[in-house]
Amino acid sequence: MSFFKKLKETISRQTEQVTNKFKEGLSKTRNSFSSKLNDLFARYRTVDEDFFEELEEILISADVGVNTVLELIDELKFEAKRKNIQESSELREVITEKLVEIYDRGGTLSQDVNIQENSLTVILFVGVNGVGKTTTIGKMAHMYLQQGKNVVLAAGDTFRAGAIEQLEVWGSRVGADVVRQASGSDPAAVIYDAIKTAREKNADILICDTAGRLQNKVNLMSELSKIKRVIDREIPNAPHEVLLVIDATTGQNGLTQAKVFKECTDVTGIVLTKLDGTAKGGIVLAIRNELQVPVKFVGLGEKMDDLQPFDAGQFVYGLFSDMWESDRD
Amino acid sequence: MAFEGLADRLQQTLQKFKGKGKISETDVKEMMREVRLALLEADVNFKVVKEFVAKVSERAVGQEVLKSLTPAQQVIKIVKEELTDLMGGEQSKISIAKKSPTVVMMVGLQGAGKTTTTGKLANLLRKTDNAKPLLVAADIYRPAAINQLETLGKQLGIPVFSLGDKVSPVEIVEKALVHARENFLDFMIVDTAGRLHIDEQLMGELKQIKDLSNPNEILLVVDAMTGQDAVNVAKSFHDTLGLSGVVLTKLDGDTRGGAALSIRSVTQTPIKYVGMGEKMDALEPFHPDRMASRILGMGDVLSLIEKAQASVDEDMAKDLEKKMRTNNFTLEDFLDQLAQVRKLGPLEDIIKMLPGANKIKGLNNISIDEKQIKHIEAIILSMTKAEKQDPNILNANRKKRIARGSGRSVPEINRLLKQFEESKKMMKMMTGMSKGKKKGMRFPFM
Repeated sequence: MSFFKKLKETISRQTEQVTNKFKEGLSKTRNSFSSKLNDLFARYRTVDEDFFEELEEILISADVGVNTVLELIDELKFEAKRKNIQESSELREVITEKLVEIYDRGGTLSQDVNIQENSLTVILFVGVNGVGKTTTIGKMAHMYLQQGKNVVLAAGDTFRAGAIEQLEVWGSRVGADVVRQASGSDPAAVIYDAIKTAREKNADILICDTAGRLQNKVNLMSELSKIKRVIDREIPNAPHEVLLVIDATTGQNGLTQAKVFKECTDVTGIVLTKLDGTAKGGIVLAIRNELQVPVKFVGLGEKMDDLQPFDAGQFVYGLFSDMWESDRD
Repeated sequence: MAFEGLADRLQQTLQKFKGKGKISETDVKEMMREVRLALLEADVNFKVVKEFVAKVSERAVGQEVLKSLTPAQQVIKIVKEELTDLMGGEQSKISIAKKSPTVVMMVGLQGAGKTTTTGKLANLLRKTDNAKPLLVAADIYRPAAINQLETLGKQLGIPVFSLGDKVSPVEIVEKALVHARENFLDFMIVDTAGRLHIDEQLMGELKQIKDLSNPNEILLVVDAMTGQDAVNVAKSFHDTLGLSGVVLTKLDGDTRGGAALSIRSVTQTPIKYVGMGEKMDALEPFHPDRMASRILGMGDVLSLIEKAQASVDEDMAKDLEKKMRTNNFTLEDFLDQLAQVRKLGPLEDIIKMLPGANKIKGLNNISIDEKQIKHIEAIILSMTKAEKQDPNILNANRKKRIARGSGRSVPEINRLLKQFEESKKMMKMMTGMSKGKKKGMRFPFM
């Protein structure tokens, strides 16, 4: 099982703790997903049309986009034919390999956060309503504070009732300054203020919250473009990161979200939240495959330190580790 | 990314059978594959899709389609009928307690929109039932959730019952009940914290609240964008609490909303309301047939017509029609027309409701900038009355004046005039076509 071995080796170089977090957070996802696959392999000894149809369903049930799945199935069929694979067990590794391949197809997109060494780094958060932007900002502020960085938060969601207060609670919880104005004020103005404050305080990182908005609301989307312009005018080449937050329970609409937000704000990365539920987060594969936007972080729980850098290897290993272990037996 | 509607998909498939006259059972099978993909793309759960397709193909193979001369339409008709049927017949209302207060519990995952919906529902009940509602802030976990509900309450002028975030939700609800009774309030809408359906401890807490308050309604609030996982979520909540209904939120987005079908088929409880916007009056009753059209990507003509009827002034429309026929359409009328269309809401929303709009080149992904419309308005409003009635008198000097007055440029004015002339020509053609028909043009903007 050379492929898994390779995967395992890269992972073992990383800390045990991180791997465990992934395994733990993804346990629900992994259990249902890989047990379904195992079940499939148990029932189908030989590879035929029905086998592929059921495999298609399992992948679709993980919210991997329909197009991506159809593509994958076609490739698998081709591969099976080429290598003359008859037994389903022989196809097991090919499937995982293909899944990682689809994820990697976007090329070597960096998953690192573009942190400026000696000047202020601005990170802008965008996304639809209720995906967890404010919570993620709280967690991220905590992460950078732990690394000894000086963090300022900008309460740019001036629309939703209670959003400013929510960010303030997070600010005091993790120990970061929050720049705010009255509810209903211009978000671009709040962020402009925050940049000034961050400079005065010699902060390392400024994280900007924005109100959730559905991607088909043109006015709200151009408001985002404006916010981005204001930041760029103050600090050339900023924001250094525009992170789109996507809820792991989201279905096919996640692709449209990524597409439109990317057009309006040049999204540089994705944060996939609520992955500790039963949602599969398969949309990640689809987004990466069709839009070449890398996932940079995943939210694996409600605690302060439940934000983890995303790692495709970890993710796939988390999904398939049971399969791998059963392979070894 | 091809989010084509089912209608388009089937048409494509049928191209292959063109000239074949009647179609065979195998052809139906191929069409069923398209139905299946369309539903999967709309996020309907794959298990639900499987059952559904089996049901539809049974009907399709049984004569209806085979004999039909327009098999594609026939398949769509069957699919739509079955979908509407599956999502429940009529819309249902909130069941009211014999003895006030009626208790409504709002439950769901994090970020589904419970707090916002709680406010909207109270607002709606106050309007339709002339009721006195009470909002109960029982989300003690999410930072500032109570604050959010209190702000909404203040905006709406509806009382909010809160004991801060140090008291247990069960106790809050217990005391709220007493408060509601003492103050003779009719409805008590309980906003609970968002929780994962696999979080046993928090699910247990909901059960406690249910046992204590004996609610008349337990509404599951679900994000319309939810994917395949919707069934798991709905099932867990239903198994633990016994839901009485569902509220589908964020339906003003561009999601197909196949989750509606999945949830309905898992819980067998009706979808009672849909959230259609961020404002406090954007909660509407659920219409199964419209949802079916939406899932299939067939546009939502009914909603559009309803909206148009509500906002278009009938007399003005007739007047306009006459003007168009007699070719007396002026820039002033153009402005009126613009104002009427804008009353229908954001233009791109309207376009989305038109069937097939996503197929017309240049119209899918169209983003109409409301600002541009404002610019047009500014230009026309900067003209004199004589100019508006006869734009031909506009010379360079006049145009310069208008440009200054409206803050736009002369080329922009020229563009507008050209567009206006073109649309006049088009109207002449269109009204020419409909001559002889009694009704003529009902909706001048279409």
